[in-house]
Amino acid sequence: MIPAAFDYQRADSADAAIAALADHGDDAKLLAGGHSLVPMMKLRLATPAVVIDVGRVDDLRYVEDAGEHVAVGALTRHRDIETSDVLAEHVPLVAHVASLVGDPAVRHFGTIGGSIAHADPASDLPAAALALGATFVARGPGGEREIAAGDFFTGYFQSVLAADEMLTEIRLPKMGGAGWSYQKFNRRAQDWAIVAVAAVHGNGAGTGVALVNMGSTPVRAAATEAALAAGSSAAEAAALAADGTDPPSDLNGDSRYRKALAEVLTARALTDAGA
Amino acid sequence: MTVTDETASEATGVIGTRRLRREDPALLTGEAKFVDDLDLPSQLWVGCVRSPHAHARITGVDVSQAAAADGVVAAYTGADLADRWAAPLPCAWPVTDDMKNPAHQPVAVGKANHVGDIVAVVVGSSRYAVADAVEQVVVDYEPLPAVIDLEDARSDTTVIHEDLGTNVSYTWELIPDPDAVDAAFAAATHTVAERYVQQRLIPAAMEPRGVLVVPEPFGGDLTIYSATQIPHILKVMAAITLGLAEHRVRVVAPAVGGGFGSKLNVYAEEIICSALALEHGVPVRWTETRSEAALATIHGRGQIQDIELAADADGKISAVRVKLLADMGAYLQLVTPGIPLLGAFLYHGVYDIPAYSFSCTSVFTNMTPTDAYRGAGRPEATYAIERAIDALAREVGVDPAEIRRRNYIRAEQFPYASPAGLEFDSGNYEPTLDQAMELVGYADLRAEQERRRAEGSTKHLGIGLSTFVEMCGLAPSRVLASLNYSAGGWESATVRVLPTAKVQVVTGSAPHGQGHETSWSMIVAERLGIDPDDIDVLHSDTAIAPMGLDTYGSRSLSVGGTAVHLATEKVLDKARLIAAHQLEANPDDLEYVDAGFQVKGSPGARAEFAAIAFAAFTAHDLPDGVEPNLEAQVTWDPPNFTFPFGTHIAVVEVDEETGGVELLDYASVDDCGNQINPLIVEGQVHGGVLQGIGQALFEKAEFDLDGQPRNVTFGDYLVPSAAETPSFKHGTTVTPSPTNPLGVKGIGEAGTIAATPAVINAVVDALSPFGITDVEMPASPDRVWALIHTQEGGGS
Repeated sequence: MIPAAFDYQRADSADAAIAALADHGDDAKLLAGGHSLVPMMKLRLATPAVVIDVGRVDDLRYVEDAGEHVAVGALTRHRDIETSDVLAEHVPLVAHVASLVGDPAVRHFGTIGGSIAHADPASDLPAAALALGATFVARGPGGEREIAAGDFFTGYFQSVLAADEMLTEIRLPKMGGAGWSYQKFNRRAQDWAIVAVAAVHGNGAGTGVALVNMGSTPVRAAATEAALAAGSSAAEAAALAADGTDPPSDLNGDSRYRKALAEVLTARALTDAGA
Repeated sequence: MTVTDETASEATGVIGTRRLRREDPALLTGEAKFVDDLDLPSQLWVGCVRSPHAHARITGVDVSQAAAADGVVAAYTGADLADRWAAPLPCAWPVTDDMKNPAHQPVAVGKANHVGDIVAVVVGSSRYAVADAVEQVVVDYEPLPAVIDLEDARSDTTVIHEDLGTNVSYTWELIPDPDAVDAAFAAATHTVAERYVQQRLIPAAMEPRGVLVVPEPFGGDLTIYSATQIPHILKVMAAITLGLAEHRVRVVAPAVGGGFGSKLNVYAEEIICSALALEHGVPVRWTETRSEAALATIHGRGQIQDIELAADADGKISAVRVKLLADMGAYLQLVTPGIPLLGAFLYHGVYDIPAYSFSCTSVFTNMTPTDAYRGAGRPEATYAIERAIDALAREVGVDPAEIRRRNYIRAEQFPYASPAGLEFDSGNYEPTLDQAMELVGYADLRAEQERRRAEGSTKHLGIGLSTFVEMCGLAPSRVLASLNYSAGGWESATVRVLPTAKVQVVTGSAPHGQGHETSWSMIVAERLGIDPDDIDVLHSDTAIAPMGLDTYGSRSLSVGGTAVHLATEKVLDKARLIAAHQLEANPDDLEYVDAGFQVKGSPGARAEFAAIAFAAFTAHDLPDGVEPNLEAQVTWDPPNFTFPFGTHIAVVEVDEETGGVELLDYASVDDCGNQINPLIVEGQVHGGVLQGIGQALFEKAEFDLDGQPRNVTFGDYLVPSAAETPSFKHGTTVTPSPTNPLGVKGIGEAGTIAATPAVINAVVDALSPFGITDVEMPASPDRVWALIHTQEGGGS
């Protein structure tokens, strides 16, 4: 509960944060809402030498209709996503998923960019972004690049973000009235999902199904998606949801239980999404 | 709300009202000061180096690097401090004459016996400095096999405390008539034999522990500020453990954020900070982190229960036989060995069972010591009998409500001489069952359950009953003596009327969230006829309230509140003499009405309470033989325990596909005798029920086979919140206790005692189509799913 000593810097802009990252490299961590990093620091599981606070970079806090997609600034808080009219109209899945993150205190602090960059496979928003086929924008010393959600996550708390890069925007494809569902299964409302399933059906890009806490990264239920594309029923496809996954075993359940949950929740998600 | 009985009362209308708690504004606005809020010049912080091993020989401790670190003043090994302790940490309840009790040093020497055992301490200028320095202490360990399983412990394959020669601390029996028990089982038509596991729980008070010890600059006196439930007991024990004269020690419990029994203790950190404050001559403090709390503060429960019932063809129970195996943990804390005994008398529950057999064997393990946790022995007892009677209902083939009705102690049997040797003060059990069944719509639920089963629904409805009685108001001192408890069970109160007729109440019962200030002011206001806001309640400082036995075991109201009531009566008796003098009347001819005395039948001339108070202060014209001032002190030693009771019903839905258990409805009907403040009663029931649900569905202190704790943060140790429950339905009946003049019983633990078996009975009921008759706690979704999907021949 007592973090190790660290230096604190406040960045007033994304560029200032990136410059600070370039100065300190792997010794630095960005602090956004703090609900992932700070607990790890208090347990001394994370001991960054420098914490760069980007919590007040207000120009990365927005939800904008950008035509084909909705652009969300990385420092937009869960609560603002949950209550965004633009998202409610065009990407209701993400607004709903944001409403299920943690508890109200967490949602008023935590940010979508922080959640995605943290790359926790048990988090809700990364899987929603994956199911939607979202695109992430990262900025580094050399400028900006776009990264497909499917290419972003590389392992437990690992992503393709370089040490001197910062996630700046999340581009969420408009759902155009597609059916959707998010089935989150946990023991307490505030907890991470034991398993969750995000599904999007009928947005012209096939049925997207992504799984939470079924491996070291958020993963697509590839076998389910392929089966649906090949004409299988929702029930048949859902039975394949855990294929190829390697879910963890912990106090909330072993991997066998998680696989069973993935199948059940996928069936429910597909039904709910109209697939 | 149904009231089945009313006591005659000279009510002025304060008692029984839903008065808002006067404690809450300060707590809710952050104005209340907890130990950690205190901040003193020159203070030093203590950091504790804790064993990462459950069982290990300590072969070397090097504190030199830590001692030289920035901001560090000193660092100590256990050996360095060994001569500071005049006695080991206390266990005040040697339940048997031959009980084994290992010397429990505040800082371990030679061996560490659980993860979290303190092996060295550092002292420095800030929390941060000592947290860093703790990591620089080098301890060499030789790991030993950890004793985690209770049966393993009993086998003595690995003996934890070698000097004791065994892991068994004691065996305690209560078998009034062994032949009667054997005969009952021999003659029984139906028997059930069940084994239940009471998992270890982490008490998880909202405020972790903390201590700040201030040596006075003159005379060597010591003031211990501690987040404790027991300032008075801590004062005595700190003096003994430190070898100080008791009158040199003062203990203050500032605002205390809950305890649930976990702060009913004398902890190493309190003694360490005291010794180091004396050594350094400055305030020395420590505040527990949440993860430390999971290791270093006592755990609750930790028992394996074997219970058998014998019954006739109708399910009328003739005998109960219970064998406990209880987990003491690594050491005996203040009342560790006594916890099973607090339940030992209650394994027949609310049922009239003539033959009774209880025995308990308690063993040491390489885990955090256990001790009192909300209900302390009684939840365990209630769980066992309430689960077992459901098993009997299945065996006999009758509804769980019906089997209970056939076995209740009947209203006309009170006062009831229990088979375990207690006298139950008062009770009327069946109306609480009727009311609870009505609150949940029992008949409709059973119909809905059948409908779902017939349809083959995967959402299974379960209804669970728990009818309970508990033993509160700890305790008659003579009874405690018979149980080898090292203290009495009385409580002290002073009522002091100030010159302007404002009132100070001094209570020896130290609250930590219960609302004593509100309730005590209501008790006094009721009798004096004055505004409760004109009454201050002083407590939790041994310099202000020197005599007391503190708050635990749902004792405060029935023992401490009664003392307050009786002290108020004494004040009124004296006021009556002064009034009679003023009115030139016979005291016996006076009546007290609207905060003043008047002659019965002629209300014209009055002696107002305020005028009497001032006259008592000036003492200008008091009757002969009457001392100045209106002040009275009473120490109340209750003649008996009180026995609150009730019925709780839980309704759950179990999702066959996920194993998820959702609590759909919950009704409690509690009878705690007369209620001083129904709002506080309901608050206690709500919190208690949620805590009981926690044990049933969410909580377990998990250890691996090496004794490593697996859930020491609130991310992993799941304490339920309001979001996990429906809005509770609450009913009440009122059967006053004849053991005290207020007719009160106690409500602090009832919810916790009742809820756990209600919820598990509901889960088992839901799972009965699968042939499932037991589910281990907590009934987590993965566990329930595994039960359903490994049952042979089950399925709906």
